[in-house]
Amino acid sequence: MRRLLAGILMLVLSTVSAVASESDGLILHRSIQNFPEAMLALQTSIGEHGYTVSRVQRVDIGLTKSGYKTDKYRIVFFGKSSEIRAVKQSQPQLIPYLPLKVVIFSENNETLLVASNMTQFSELVNNEYTKTLLQRWNNDIQSIFSEIK
Amino acid sequence: MLSVLGIKVSVRSWLVPVLMLISVAVNAAPNGQLLYETNCASCHGGNGKGGVGVPISLPSFLHSVPDTYLEKTIRYGRPGRVMPPFKYLSDAQIKAIVGHLRNFAPGKYPESLHALVKGDIKRGKKLFGQHCASCHGVNGEGGKGTGVTFSRPRELPIIAPSISNPGFLLAATDHMIKSTLMNGRQGTPMQSFLKMGLTEKDIDDLVSYVRSFENVKAKKKFTEESAIMVFDSPNDLKTTVENLKNAAGAENFRIIRVQDLEEGLVKKGAESGREVVIYFCNFQTLNEVLGVDPRVGLFLPCRVTVVEREGKVQVMAINPRYLSAMYNNDELDKFCDQMFEIYTNIIEEATL
Ligand code: HEC
Ligand code: HEC
Repeated sequence: MRRLLAGILMLVLSTVSAVASESDGLILHRSIQNFPEAMLALQTSIGEHGYTVSRVQRVDIGLTKSGYKTDKYRIVFFGKSSEIRAVKQSQPQLIPYLPLKVVIFSENNETLLVASNMTQFSELVNNEYTKTLLQRWNNDIQSIFSEIK
Repeated sequence: MLSVLGIKVSVRSWLVPVLMLISVAVNAAPNGQLLYETNCASCHGGNGKGGVGVPISLPSFLHSVPDTYLEKTIRYGRPGRVMPPFKYLSDAQIKAIVGHLRNFAPGKYPESLHALVKGDIKRGKKLFGQHCASCHGVNGEGGKGTGVTFSRPRELPIIAPSISNPGFLLAATDHMIKSTLMNGRQGTPMQSFLKMGLTEKDIDDLVSYVRSFENVKAKKKFTEESAIMVFDSPNDLKTTVENLKNAAGAENFRIIRVQDLEEGLVKKGAESGREVVIYFCNFQTLNEVLGVDPRVGLFLPCRVTVVEREGKVQVMAINPRYLSAMYNNDELDKFCDQMFEIYTNIIEEATL
């Protein structure tokens, strides 16, 4: 009984609480922190959600030279090794989109974060485990973003 | 017994107040500020001052448009101009967001007026070429880029929106377009064309011309693109990697990095060795494309992955054409097309 009620409550709450902006396959989030702080918060939050940051890649070599206002532009790659391994084994067609990643760049004193909504690849997938996993990845990315104020 | 979500539940005394609480939470008016922050602030800024999106907090804007313009803009978005359609928001949620926008600049704003403006389209077209095309584009397609994006100094003017966009034309009444031209938008490059010396008749002709963009057929999009590209390689994994590096070099790309897909995720040395990722880049294109849409960095630098399964080797990549729909940005189509050709050339060359 109690568990049923908890389930109902969760269902209700999940429809009431707003999710991060989801538009055409992208998840966007604006942080009011500056770049270094938001970057730290992102990596901390990724870790707290049980994922490993595998690499932080710069894409901004030469950006300032060509007139950009910011050179603060990075891609953060992350994943859980067991999950990545399972998916690339059973669903190799997802490999080009693995591991998970977030783009983070500064806009004045604020910071923008962008990730793909992994559920859009459900159509490519033919097993339930991976479909559920894509949904969980999506929820986790939203949750990671929501912790970056 | 009471049926909740199709499940029969026996009602205990304590359950009733709890259920009532839940239904209060569900029926409570949607929180406009929260909805704005989660759905709009990423592009328009928490204070509405603009970003990837145009500013939407200026009094000159908010005091000149009716609620219906804002509601329909949210519902339909701006197809191909970054602003997504918010299909899953309820009418009540959209109204709550509009309420929040109004708080940015409290004051009077017009009702929605539907009277049509009947001007001379031919004359309007000529005037448009003289007075508008320099900012809004010859066919009203909008300036390069959108809003006040990150890549440009903030002092630069707001990029003119597309006014031939189907989303804009659905949202805007003739009256709204006319009053925008009559009054301009103080604090933006959009001037009052009455003050610029045009007559009301000129402005009517312009309004009718802008309205006539509705009849222009939308260009074809890659709607049914697959998300990935896959090629078989006749060679082993190592040779395929070398071939790809050479082929990318021959297309003027610099190899940035070659790594195992699992690198950094598992202990050093424990990588499976069966998926090798090659990153390559052409800095000029990279800078250009980030200028068009800073969000594209998610798929940069360029990447192909060589995958070995039971002795069979394949080369995989994202399909760049798939991205242009994902980003709702027509300006990316050209780059996505270019990248599609380049990926195809490089991979074909390497898997001959
Ligand atoms: C100097 C550049 C410039 C010129 C010239 C110009 N505009 Fe604009 N226009 C803008 C900008 C920038 C905006 C967006 C203002 C804002 O952010 O509120 C705009 C907004 C508009 C809008 C409202 C669109 C929307 O999405 O809110 C209309 C309609 C419009 N212009 C029509 C015209 C017409 C017709 C002409 C020619 C008579 C013209 N403009 C000339 C820069 C220009
Ligand atoms: C992915 C970025 C993005 C998101 C998210 C977004 N917008 Fe926009 N919005 C834009 C862009 C870009 C334009 C201008 C289109 C152009 O340049 O043609 C725009 C235009 C608008 C306009 C028209 C402004 C004018 O001058 O006429 C309004 C109003 C608006 N957005 C409101 C919203 C609201 C409210 C939300 C949240 C429900 C939202 N937008 C979410 C990018 C975005």
